[in-house]
Amino acid sequence: MTNLIEIKGVTHAYRTKAGPLPVLDNLNVSVPEGEFCAVVGPSGCGKSTLTRLVAGLMKPDQGEVWLHGERVTSPRKTVGMAFQNPVLLEWRTIIDNVILPLEIVAPRMPQRDREARAMHLLEMVGLKGFERKRPSELSGGMRQRASLCRSIVHKPDVLIMDEPFGALDAFTREDLWQTMRDLRAAEPFTCVLITHDLRESVFLGDQVIVLSGRPARTQHVLDVTLPADRRIDSLYTPEATEMLHLLREQIRIAQGRDGDLH
Amino acid sequence: METLKKIAVPVGSIIAFLLFWEFIVWVNDWPNYKMASPSDLPPAFARYSHLFIEMGWQTLWRTVAGLGLAVLVGTLLGMAMGFSAIARDALYPLLVGFNAIPKATLVPVIALLFIGQHDFNTVLMAFLISFFPIAVSVGIGLSTLEPEYRDILRSLGASKVTIFRKIALPKTLPEFFGALKVSVTLAFIGTNLVEIVSPHGRGLGALFKSGETNGDYPLMFAVLIALAVLGIVLYYAVVALEKIFAGWAERPQS
Ligand SMILES: Nc1ncnc2c1ncn2[C@@H]1O[C@H](COP(=O)(O)OP(=O)(O)OP(=O)(O)O)[C@@H](O)[C@H]1O
Ligand SMILES: [Mg+2]
Repeated sequence: MTNLIEIKGVTHAYRTKAGPLPVLDNLNVSVPEGEFCAVVGPSGCGKSTLTRLVAGLMKPDQGEVWLHGERVTSPRKTVGMAFQNPVLLEWRTIIDNVILPLEIVAPRMPQRDREARAMHLLEMVGLKGFERKRPSELSGGMRQRASLCRSIVHKPDVLIMDEPFGALDAFTREDLWQTMRDLRAAEPFTCVLITHDLRESVFLGDQVIVLSGRPARTQHVLDVTLPADRRIDSLYTPEATEMLHLLREQIRIAQGRDGDLH
Repeated sequence: METLKKIAVPVGSIIAFLLFWEFIVWVNDWPNYKMASPSDLPPAFARYSHLFIEMGWQTLWRTVAGLGLAVLVGTLLGMAMGFSAIARDALYPLLVGFNAIPKATLVPVIALLFIGQHDFNTVLMAFLISFFPIAVSVGIGLSTLEPEYRDILRSLGASKVTIFRKIALPKTLPEFFGALKVSVTLAFIGTNLVEIVSPHGRGLGALFKSGETNGDYPLMFAVLIALAVLGIVLYYAVVALEKIFAGWAERPQS
């Protein structure tokens, strides 16, 4: 299997008033086609920067980002993005928000087909009946569902998510994990998910990458050994507990507190 | 019921105001040449109705033309300031300084520059006095657009023009209309300023002036009322446009 996403020796620093701020240090990540890669790491270590590099919104100082065997130098239409803030456009209805990427990526697609595609996704995430509402009429969880639909409506082959469930309460979050799992089964895509939630990384990920503190390097790569058809219960098995334990340990090291257990 | 209330309350307050006015004049026993009362106004309107229509139209189209110019130039300046920090640093002090100048001082300057061009001068003044709020609000609206909004389209390779059209422009509309409500009143003041001050002027301002010259107090007050009515019409026209184009920004009332 080929690696759909290949990050090779990426080093990046922001230029700030106080001088250069190194954020990524010789980072290497490979994600095979169709795999789900969860990335965890200490706050401020450079995770969002990584997503912006993969999306082609920024160029790294050194190193290369490859998607589908092509070097990324600028944004591309085959990428979908979702953020912690759902960033829905308040002046559009939910369905028109979902359609937005199609207006850019497929300008000649008939409006009827666009709406059919959006409706199909909205139905899958449980938003049927809300398509003509405004974002302000929906709850936070529902808005994030709509945002997810928008990020995959144009069938991207790479989906990049930056803490998409970070602002939601625990139950809504678990609901959305399951929605995410079902979407993935229905619409295959390769995914990079940034998260602060270790349970989320284990539930959704095929591999979990632990980044070190800033500047971020790959500190640890965990292959998630849970079965493909996971349920929330799968998180309470001994294997899952062991993986969560290992990740917690790695995060502690990444935060530079390995001498300070418990 | 709700709509009835919406109409009855403002109409009631206007009637109360007119009654109060009539009462004050009656109590003080002011003669016509000191202070007109509301009951003097209908005869004044009736006597000069053709003048009111003609002059009112003059004032109206000049104000709208000046405001249109202000929207155009203000939006362009705002876009320059919103997109480029250099343009912002360069333009801000100039605009603030210009805005601080009392516009009455510009009337003679303009009158000397463009002698006899009454229409042009009036429109120019309406424009000069009213473009500032638009430029500032568009500038601030664009420069404070959260980067994530831009990134949803930028990550798909959308052009700057597309991002402006689909995201930045609609997102700035509520601020734009907020400024336009201020600007429409300012433009109206600008128009009347020139109409009153210029010799051989036209428009409601000139009609006011001729009432003053002839000592026709009811006419002067009738002009003031006509100005107020026109001002209200213009303001609510902007409110109606706002409802159409930026109604989504209205919070549902609880
Ligand atoms: N545009 C920028 N200019 C300068 N510094 C920046 C910029 N963006 C981010 N940084 C800095 O770079 C570091 C990494 O930022 P980044 O947003 O990638 O971290 P993160 O891992 O996503 O953090 P969090 O977990 O809090 O979301 C931070 O210290 C941040 O302050
Ligand atoms: Mg981040």
